[in-house]
Amino acid sequence: MNAIAILFPPLIAAALCAIPFKKSWAPGVTVLSCLVVLVLASNMAWRLATGGSVMVSAGPGWSDWVAVDGLSALILLLIALVATTAAIYSVGYMAHGTPAPRELRLYHLNYNLFIFSMLAIPLLAEPTLVWIVVELTTLCSALLVSFENTREALEAAWKYVVLSLMGAGFALFGFLVLFAAMHAASAGAYTWAGLIEAGPGMSALLTRTAFLLILIGLGTKVGLVPMHTWLPDAHSQAPSPVCALLSGVETTTILYVILRLFPVMQAVPGAHAETWALVLGLISVGTAAFLLLQVSDYKRLFAFSTVEHMGIILTAVGLGAAAHDGAMQQIVSHSVTKSFCFFAAGATLLGVGTREIAAVRGLIRIAPAAGAALLLGGLAITGAPPLAVFLSEFAILKAGLAQGAYVATSLLAVFIVIAFFGVLMHLNRMVFGAPRDAAPAHARADARSESGVRLPFTCALALIIAAVPMLVLGVYVPQPLHELLKQAAAALGR
Amino acid sequence: MSDPTRQLVENLNALATGLFLLTAFGIVAMRQARGCLHLFIAQSLLLAISAALLGLRFDSGHLYGVALVNLISKPIIVPWLLRRTAPAEIYTRREIDQVLNIPNALAIALALAIAAYFLGTALADALPPEYRGPNVPIGIAGLLLGAFTLTVRREAMPLLIGLLAMENGAFLAGISIARDLSMLVELAIATDGLIIVFIVGVLVRAVERHVGTTAVGELASLKEVPATQVEREAAP
Repeated sequence: MNAIAILFPPLIAAALCAIPFKKSWAPGVTVLSCLVVLVLASNMAWRLATGGSVMVSAGPGWSDWVAVDGLSALILLLIALVATTAAIYSVGYMAHGTPAPRELRLYHLNYNLFIFSMLAIPLLAEPTLVWIVVELTTLCSALLVSFENTREALEAAWKYVVLSLMGAGFALFGFLVLFAAMHAASAGAYTWAGLIEAGPGMSALLTRTAFLLILIGLGTKVGLVPMHTWLPDAHSQAPSPVCALLSGVETTTILYVILRLFPVMQAVPGAHAETWALVLGLISVGTAAFLLLQVSDYKRLFAFSTVEHMGIILTAVGLGAAAHDGAMQQIVSHSVTKSFCFFAAGATLLGVGTREIAAVRGLIRIAPAAGAALLLGGLAITGAPPLAVFLSEFAILKAGLAQGAYVATSLLAVFIVIAFFGVLMHLNRMVFGAPRDAAPAHARADARSESGVRLPFTCALALIIAAVPMLVLGVYVPQPLHELLKQAAAALGR
Repeated sequence: MSDPTRQLVENLNALATGLFLLTAFGIVAMRQARGCLHLFIAQSLLLAISAALLGLRFDSGHLYGVALVNLISKPIIVPWLLRRTAPAEIYTRREIDQVLNIPNALAIALALAIAAYFLGTALADALPPEYRGPNVPIGIAGLLLGAFTLTVRREAMPLLIGLLAMENGAFLAGISIARDLSMLVELAIATDGLIIVFIVGVLVRAVERHVGTTAVGELASLKEVPATQVEREAAP
């Protein structure tokens, strides 16, 4: 089977979603297509993990432009997994509030195109083509962010588009400079593999400039501080299943593109890519940890936690080869846990009808399922043992100490602890606080009218499916996944 | 190519890129929304001319292709797409209160252009001699001035033009340093620019319908409010 095949189900589903048919047609098609993508991605990951290879014969002229290794298979698998759970979650969640059938069709059309653009990133190996699909992820998801058409959602979508595209402009120039640097040194094809080969002969000045431009440009879309300002807005205003995708996998998929440059940079003398990653990563973790303390919206809380996690992954990459395993584990645990968190936040929103932390008290009594899920998600995302994030963060800190990077590792540990208390302080009040009468009048009215809303079946199903890897990966990493993680970590070095 | 002809082509290219820089300054300062669009079209034409001249200079059919793609997509399809998607109001807007007044904005833009000159010269020096020329420094200046436009403007049209001008700047440098990029990639990047116009147009229309303004840069209700303040407001 050809690796390219994974791109077809979302494209076909997008076309089918445009057909005005029964109300359950577009959601059904989307779930089906995501399931097919999940099967294809698991198949690829399985083959690579068991020592096989993935066929990528993309036809003449294309052959260099598509490549699948352990790292891209891992990212593909995560995209497919979160896309599937979010699609299942969307069925019940988006039916709530009875949007017009046309809007629902457009939502699923955009959803499939967004999945398509994300899947293309790890598959493609030609950097400028990757840049184009990175742009496509922004453009396909912009209308998903603004879906609710409120003033806030439109503002969030606008900031998201303008800042992401502004970053992309710098990244485009970076990729062109990288092309020039490579062509001056070798006649090979402009691909990730070709770059690694040509690395030692490339001009240090050009490669460094290109790396910084790409780090800043794509870092904007990953949400690295100080280019993160749009992220809490977009990741809180979008409908919850979209937030799960944006926060859970879109950020890591873009980070993947930056990670692809690290093996190239290791060949360039004086490039210090690791130092840049370490500094930018620690700044992101630290800033996010302190900003977490003062949020007033629980979806923004999880959005800042995404900034924090991107910082942790980048810090781990900067700590050197020993921490690369931990970085890969963190990518996996972040994706599965963060999507669960946003599903739980969506369930809470259905239960209480407000996003304000201050207006929600005693959630465990108002909406027990949502309250329990929110608390579990909060514990999981901040790295409480024995859950998946704990294991990966522990691996990173251990590797950092083993490398002798005491200052960076202890800073990282301190920031993680601050974030832990920040998130749980807010969630603890929301879940266990005494239901207060002082809640704003509109929130009370909402709570009364909405508290009758039972959690739709598909939302509960998605929560349960998303919880499985989050819980299991904390105590047991299956052998094939372990192998895949090792291959992915190896792709970060020469 | 004989020496005098080559000299002539290089001089013409220097003229085209110089005018390109002027349009980039114009986009920062132009108040009328429609004027911004016209400046962008002029800039895209200059980009196409520069690509054609470099194609002549290096005898590269690929660069002629780039010129053609730019000639069709930006001056023709972009205005057409905007008319189809965005509300007509964005053409008629005139921006009175910019974040910075125009002399200050132009002074900063000048500083950015000078920085771009030094960065561009340093980069070009690291490349083989045939890549040297005005394209790299002016391309970087176009990129930076486009980004600067995004930070000082509030109306939808200048912001969109700022985004597209950044891409033009990256491309002006690209036609000189990345001449052998695949044609398919060039086409895809051009298509991507059109999708930007489409999505931004749809978004501006939604903002205009639901919020009642096209000054999208003024939307600023989402920010961190300290929790204590919320609780104070929440209290009766």
